Amino acid sequence: MLQQDSYKQHISAQFNAELEAVKNHLLEMGGLVEQQIGRAVEALLARDSGDAEQIIEDDQQVNQLEVSIDEECSRILARRQPAASDLRLVFAIAKVTTDLERIGDEAAKIARQAVRASEEGVSPSNFVEIRHIGNHVASMLRKSLDAFARLDVDMAVETIVQDGSVDTEYASAMRSLVTFMMEDPRTIGPVLNEMWALRSLERVGDHASNISEHVVYLVRGLDVRHIEPDELVAQVEEAERGA
Amino acid sequence: MQNHAIDIQALRRGPLQDEDAAPPVTSLAVNQLSLFYNQDAQALYDINLEIPKQRVTAFIGPSGCGKSSLLRCINRMNDLVDGCRVRGQILLDGEDIYDRRVDVANLRRRIGMVFQKPNPFPKSVYENVAYGLRIQGINKKRILDEVVEKSLRAAALWEEVKDRLHESALGMSGGQQQRLVIARTIAVEPEVLLLDEPASALDPISTLKIEELIYELKSRYTIVIVTHNMQQAARVSDMTAFMYMGKLVEFDSTDAIFTNPAQKQTEDYITGRYG
Repeated sequence: MLQQDSYKQHISAQFNAELEAVKNHLLEMGGLVEQQIGRAVEALLARDSGDAEQIIEDDQQVNQLEVSIDEECSRILARRQPAASDLRLVFAIAKVTTDLERIGDEAAKIARQAVRASEEGVSPSNFVEIRHIGNHVASMLRKSLDAFARLDVDMAVETIVQDGSVDTEYASAMRSLVTFMMEDPRTIGPVLNEMWALRSLERVGDHASNISEHVVYLVRGLDVRHIEPDELVAQVEEAERGA
Repeated sequence: MQNHAIDIQALRRGPLQDEDAAPPVTSLAVNQLSLFYNQDAQALYDINLEIPKQRVTAFIGPSGCGKSSLLRCINRMNDLVDGCRVRGQILLDGEDIYDRRVDVANLRRRIGMVFQKPNPFPKSVYENVAYGLRIQGINKKRILDEVVEKSLRAAALWEEVKDRLHESALGMSGGQQQRLVIARTIAVEPEVLLLDEPASALDPISTLKIEELIYELKSRYTIVIVTHNMQQAARVSDMTAFMYMGKLVEFDSTDAIFTNPAQKQTEDYITGRYG
């Protein structure tokens, strides 16, 4: 079974160092993206266009990290021909960078809504839903990155299951925002902006869930994409019994 | 959804298996095989293994794990070692090769073997390939010509040697010699090809040629290869057996062994970790 320190046990010390480095770079990227999302939500709630501009600029760093981590991965594949858990690690890292980069994009989109909110006025909802769903997806993202760092399948599964409740909350937030627009058409502009931001947050939840799916693949060698949460839990439990 | 243009099952099976979807037939069945070199030295412990027909099966493991011993058991090379004793069975198409009635010379025609160092005879290219037929008493030039060409073509060597068939085989490069030895082995139409580190004495390009050859030959022969080179096993084989200290640790499809092995020992070995 894949263990925490298993990346330090290769006969080739150089290979150990390369795997360790790429994994650390991914976690750094995860930390940066987490920060970007947190800051973007804060900027939106505070209608702070100054920090929002900075967040949009900082997305470049996230993009750079995606490129450099992918380069590291392809170098390891070409030079080391990793197998088994090492192969799954490199593959999972390459997949997770894509999800993290998209989360970075969503943070920049939310920051753009913060700029608009500062210019066009605030939605009558007072961003209650943004705050709530924002907290929810931020915790999902943190948990999926922790699950990756600790190779914790239970935590990853919990995060994937949690994505269902984000989707429910998102649907109900949409319904309530529609009622504001029906009551007063002058709110349509600001409410639409809020809807875009919510949409971005909902996508962040999806990406966090994807990251957790890659963790399950990394640790158990089980591909759990595109299946229902109940089925997923059943498959993971079955694999656990077999291990 | 039923008539989807892409055959997802075929994609899942991957490039190595998709040409013949039929489940493989067992060619060699190894049952409870143990091998003793003398009273105290046991080299193999109760090996059970089914080697599929027209597939490449690789034996991997550290030096001294018994993979070459097991390979040699398959065409009874160990009979030549003093004090060597075998317990258990190896069935070739259902018949026990260790049965008293088995003619060992005939068995070795059916199960050909190629070794680490190319061992062409000090004869011409032509005579090397024709050798097996000549000792069977076949001397008709027309038949020999035909078999020599067919075998050299199958061994991907014909184009390189067709103008020097009557020159000494010892003047060829190592990679060519190894392909010549393979041509000599397949000239007598064996059912099984045993390859013991066939590329370990060759340069990288010759190695790739041998690997390509193995891939082409598997449509006609059952191939068993012993290799120290794990990437080679990953590249050429359909099934992989990992052995350690005389025991079979894990035997599964090469895909499974190299992406998600069931045993920790296998994982540690193929990923280059301390055991």
